[in-house]
Amino acid sequence: MTLYAVPLPVGADTELFRNAAKGCVGLGLSPDKVAFQPTGHQGFLPEPPWRGAPAKPFTTPRAFLEHMEEVACHNANDRFDLLYALIWRFARGEIGVMDRAEDITLSRTLNYARAVRRDIHKMHAFVRFREHYLEGKTLFVAWFEPLHHILHKAAPFFVDRFPSMDWLIATPLGAIGWKDGILTFGPGGTRPPDTDDGVLDIMWATYYRTIFNPARLHVDAMRREMPKRYWRNMPETKAVPELLRRAEARAGMMIGQPGDATPTFADRIAARRAEAQALEDAMTAVEARTIGALRKEADGCTRCPLYRHATQTVFGEGPSDAEIMFVGEQPGDQEDLAGKPFVGPAGQKFNAALEQAGIERTKVYVTNAVKHFKYEPRGKRRIHAKPNGGEIQACRFWLEREIALVKPSLIVALGATAAQSLAGRTVAIMKERGKPTAFGEHHGLITVHPSFLLRLPDAEDAEREFGKFVADLKLARQLLGRARAA
Amino acid sequence: MNISRPQADPLIAKLEILADAARYDASCASSGGKQRSARPGGIGSVTGSGLCHAYTPDGRCISLLKILLTNFCIYDCLYCVSRRSSSVKRARFTVDEVVRLTLGLYRRNCIEGLFLSSGIARSEDDTMADMVRVVKALREEHGFRGYIHLKTIPGASAELLREAGLYADRLSMNVELPTEASLRRLAPEKSPGRIKRGMATTRSFIDDAAEKPRRAKPKTFAPAGQSTQMIVGADAASDLDIMRTSTSLYASYALKRVYFAAFSPTGHPSPDLQSKPAPLIREHRLYQSDWLMRHYGFGLEELAGGMTGGMLDLTIDPKLAWALAHRALFPLDVNTAPREALLRVPGLGVRAVDRLVAARRYARLRYADIARLAGAMRRARAFIVTDDHRPGTEIDSPALRARLVPQPVQLRLL
Repeated sequence: MTLYAVPLPVGADTELFRNAAKGCVGLGLSPDKVAFQPTGHQGFLPEPPWRGAPAKPFTTPRAFLEHMEEVACHNANDRFDLLYALIWRFARGEIGVMDRAEDITLSRTLNYARAVRRDIHKMHAFVRFREHYLEGKTLFVAWFEPLHHILHKAAPFFVDRFPSMDWLIATPLGAIGWKDGILTFGPGGTRPPDTDDGVLDIMWATYYRTIFNPARLHVDAMRREMPKRYWRNMPETKAVPELLRRAEARAGMMIGQPGDATPTFADRIAARRAEAQALEDAMTAVEARTIGALRKEADGCTRCPLYRHATQTVFGEGPSDAEIMFVGEQPGDQEDLAGKPFVGPAGQKFNAALEQAGIERTKVYVTNAVKHFKYEPRGKRRIHAKPNGGEIQACRFWLEREIALVKPSLIVALGATAAQSLAGRTVAIMKERGKPTAFGEHHGLITVHPSFLLRLPDAEDAEREFGKFVADLKLARQLLGRARAA
Repeated sequence: MNISRPQADPLIAKLEILADAARYDASCASSGGKQRSARPGGIGSVTGSGLCHAYTPDGRCISLLKILLTNFCIYDCLYCVSRRSSSVKRARFTVDEVVRLTLGLYRRNCIEGLFLSSGIARSEDDTMADMVRVVKALREEHGFRGYIHLKTIPGASAELLREAGLYADRLSMNVELPTEASLRRLAPEKSPGRIKRGMATTRSFIDDAAEKPRRAKPKTFAPAGQSTQMIVGADAASDLDIMRTSTSLYASYALKRVYFAAFSPTGHPSPDLQSKPAPLIREHRLYQSDWLMRHYGFGLEELAGGMTGGMLDLTIDPKLAWALAHRALFPLDVNTAPREALLRVPGLGVRAVDRLVAARRYARLRYADIARLAGAMRRARAFIVTDDHRPGTEIDSPALRARLVPQPVQLRLL
């Protein structure tokens, strides 16, 4: 049975409520014995002597304080009673109160808090300023009708956004003013008559009418997000009835139009673009049988489906008269983005090994057996996938032409895919690595792919394998010397 | 535009042309940016979560002033209202005009900022440079700190993209169509390779900026990331084709969003393109499945399993379609099922599941408890079990699907 009432003056801050609530807890008043009256003192119940009450220490969860600030803005008269019911439970040592969204009290305050956040959000969105000139100064004035007591919580948004303007937002529940860098809150008022503002009444109204697509009518969605009660303070909504009335006819016209008559400038542009294209084709023809021309040709390759989800063909790179050609497996994530072979982590490993073996990267030709990146999408990442026989076969077309143009004295296969493509058979890398071999008429050498070195979890293994890789590269240098001498 | 009146102000006449041309871009989001306030004497802030300042009767939000810098274009993409062979009225804004529009509307609290796109006049680099000039003027001459989304142009130089990312919160480049084959047919002059290379370049700049700064001042590059858009229903691509493409785009280019735009006739159709509009509900279902893959742990192949001929069911949402095809996994005991399983219950969203998982640590939840923390139970009812709620064989009832199909009137409005 309610025995006491705590009057909270209209507009009182939550500090007063918190102190009163602590006092009531100290007096041992359970929630059913005390009512909080946010509209000032009502009826005949006495106020409990909370001011002098013995303090009974207890802790409130941090999540509650922010929640309380929001709920306190709600216009429901029982908001403080519900908050007190929660505080009473904290004081009794109940745990998990703020986690129990199924609880009858908390589910209600959560709904209040959500309504308050939505009201603040809509105020930030739907306030419309009109420009006024007062005593030679510009003042932006808005009238808005919030549902809840949100002005203090809504104000910082406008301060952050419009610090260099003077503005005033009047509402029935109070006013917020910003002038010369000072924020003030004033009493509520009544709706002033609208004054003319060309930007709002013409520019904004024009934009609103124009950006609407009559072929996509979805009135429910509009009214759900922009309830009608806001409309009278949003000048653009004056156009809504007319937009709705004419939408069907306009959509019909958009669909039913016959094909367009082509404007004359379109033919001129088409001719100019065709000319430019012809010139480019002619240039490519002149370059035919160079690596550059081959690269251009490969750019549009659709010989296997890998092009669909890769960024680009990653073609070989290096001097067209290089003596050594390195062939890897396929581009990875970084290579796919950059359009260059061996620039990612494996490429850096490869560069380090080349340096130790005394080979200059800029003097060798580096390419891949497969020229598009094959991967499995995993959320925001791409996981490398091994190319299959068909894809390797399709891409041999390009590798063979690179070899024919560069005419290297030695070809080094990095890893199983490259070896398979070059040798035309499945190769057991660990058995055949580091021994001179032949790829068709070319001297050849097989070694591991540098990405193998990155996958070794054990540091000692990694170091040993890196050494073996460098040794293979040194052998490549020797083989090249012999090939030159021959 | 049809319902316009003659405009005395040339700026307003241009706005009618260049906003009309921009309305086929689906995105208007102002989210994802880093929170910031105006500098002293300046104007503009970014809240981080986005804000919709108005809604038009098509149910779309107006967050940004979405305009083209010019609708002159040297390209001839069949689906586009601004293609060179279109008879649409042409116009071009000056830098000052875009500044006037943006600041005028921003000061009245009508917009969060600017979404600037453009037809390609003269060349890719010329137009991209013009667009960069506009946003540079807004930022540097006018101290504008509101949100800017800049549409980038395939084929524009990496240097211009880098500069665009210095001023814009978000960059986007449209892949336009779900497959390269469709792009070759409907936009024969556009190069699919250029589009993907452009997104790759932008991703590389974003990655660089995200790296721990070696110098004292961290670099900023498009803090709200990049996005893209594809048109749905202008070609024969299936929903599965579209979902495959969007899945690889997310994985490849660190995209914040892939937008789907149901093909909408423009009133200036090409004689070489059918002008039938795509059903808006198809676009909606694609967004739902996109959401399921990004936030609910669904895999592409799982959703593909429940599709017919590569198409999503238009009458029910993809999560419900999946659940009805996997009835053996239900009903689930909400007091014991793991979070991942609960996320697959039709009618339970991420927030409801998180609240449920937090609450059940303290007490066994009853049916009314679930209703209080999750809201409407119409869809979830048959799929869950509590101590006081045993739906029994309802899950196996052939009538379940019919009961859960939304009313036709809602469909029409979607």
